[in-house]
Amino acid sequence: MKIAIASGKGGTGKTFVSTNLFWVASQKGFDCVLADCDAEEPNVAEFLVGEEVQVEEVYQQVPVIDPERCAFCGKCYDYCSYNAILYLPEKKMIQVLPDLCHDCGACSYVCQAGAITEHPKMLGKVKRAAYGIGQQIVEGRAEVGVYTPAPVITRAIREAGDRELVLLDSPPGISCPFIATVDRADYVVLVSEPTPFGLHDLQLSAATVRKLGKPFGVVVNRAGLGDNEIYRWLEQETIPLLLEIPFDRKVARIYAEGGLPAAVDNAYREMFSRLLAQIVQQNIS
Amino acid sequence: MRQIVIISGKGGTGKTSLSAALATMGERLMVADCDVDAANLHLLLEPTDHSRHPFPTGAKALIDQQRCTQCGACMDLCRFDAIRYQEDHYTISETSCDGCYLCMRICPADAISMIESNGSYWKTGTFRNGWMVHAQLEPGEENSGKLVNVVRKQSLQLSEQMGVETILIDGPPGTGCPAISAMSGANLAVLVTEPSRSGFHDLKRIKQLADGFDIPSVVVINKYDLNEQVTTEIESWCRSERLSLIGKIPFEPAVVEAMLQCQSVVEWAPRSAAADEITAIHRQIFQS
Repeated sequence: MKIAIASGKGGTGKTFVSTNLFWVASQKGFDCVLADCDAEEPNVAEFLVGEEVQVEEVYQQVPVIDPERCAFCGKCYDYCSYNAILYLPEKKMIQVLPDLCHDCGACSYVCQAGAITEHPKMLGKVKRAAYGIGQQIVEGRAEVGVYTPAPVITRAIREAGDRELVLLDSPPGISCPFIATVDRADYVVLVSEPTPFGLHDLQLSAATVRKLGKPFGVVVNRAGLGDNEIYRWLEQETIPLLLEIPFDRKVARIYAEGGLPAAVDNAYREMFSRLLAQIVQQNIS
Repeated sequence: MRQIVIISGKGGTGKTSLSAALATMGERLMVADCDVDAANLHLLLEPTDHSRHPFPTGAKALIDQQRCTQCGACMDLCRFDAIRYQEDHYTISETSCDGCYLCMRICPADAISMIESNGSYWKTGTFRNGWMVHAQLEPGEENSGKLVNVVRKQSLQLSEQMGVETILIDGPPGTGCPAISAMSGANLAVLVTEPSRSGFHDLKRIKQLADGFDIPSVVVINKYDLNEQVTTEIESWCRSERLSLIGKIPFEPAVVEAMLQCQSVVEWAPRSAAADEITAIHRQIFQS
């Protein structure tokens, strides 16, 4: 069972929910993996340190055109849908712009002069670490400045494999990195906060998750800080409210220092146990 | 033209709240909301939009089952695993399709067409202190980096037309293509962080990105009093990096209250400690 913890807006508490949930599940003896899919800004390792087992590098193929062999027919330029080929036939100049390349293979396919070869470019790393009694933490970490982390995310999820419980700590947004994560989940937990920003972004992420046809529920973090609009909206849309986490300076402090409230405070341990039970129940029924 | 980008790596550090405050302190300012995945600045600035333009985010392949001869050539060539063979026919997974057009071009039966998606848009308008360009990506669409680029370019063009000298860019989270698009061309990056392990970690990564583009950067620590110990660590890191720390904003309920009133904190609570600090930040950014 794969559960994605996601939100449109950044900083609503995705990593907070996934790390605490993972901790509680580990304590209960679940066969479970936490995969940090926020490859642009992976933060799980700031809170949970496992024992590194394996590191794999993730590559993309980037084509290189040999101008000596190139017939300057322009077919690769026509086939590229990403404007990634700079083509100036009158100057006998042709070049691939690696940052714009999506690794679709169209140019290599169409080139009849044998001028295109593909070379690997490193996009990031996927680390696997052992934690507790058989649990694991997987982290996808993109190199800074890499255009798309999606291949790193895909690899991290594959590494997480099929377990009793796989938690995917998702990247923010509603576009490709978010989709690469959420599309592989059986159930989605959207984390939001009771502010106008939080509600607006929840509406967008709920629309995205619905488009993907995934069942989902909502966790309201920092409850008590804003207003009640978010609850009204959830009720109106009949979206299950899975949990409310009150705004609490003490917890903000524990977490800011890299601690997990579930590990040090009974009330939070119970809170996340309840959330875990709810998620498991939603996925059985 | 001066372009100032407010950016953070980590989400939720207060980029938009700070952007809104800075935007409502100046006059004849151009504001570009470059977080097209989760655009929020318009909720506080409430612009009157003058134009709305659709933005094509790319295309998705579609297989005509009547024409398909089931040769499988498209599936062999697709590098995005977007073509699946299910229940005796080939189908396209819309979410995996990257819109590269290769399958359409090579299909010997001419059975594949591409459907353009244009539910995304960008808008230009005016707000109480100047002009604004903002956008919204259609949920689930790709190419948010390209849309960020359009917002930036349009804000530049509109600034030239209107004789505006400063563009304030509210950036997206992350370090990938939307963040890169938002930063390129900026004269100054204001890195907004918060005193948490994750905020600090992401600050280092976004600094690396700014350095890669040779953009000078300054740091603001938001909600600094939520953890003074991490704040001290960030301060000493800034010193060792020779980064100037231009402000420390305290955590105050007034910031959220302002948001509920659709105002910036300097408008709603001009005498609050947060507004005071932002006034000092504004001075350092705009008078340097």
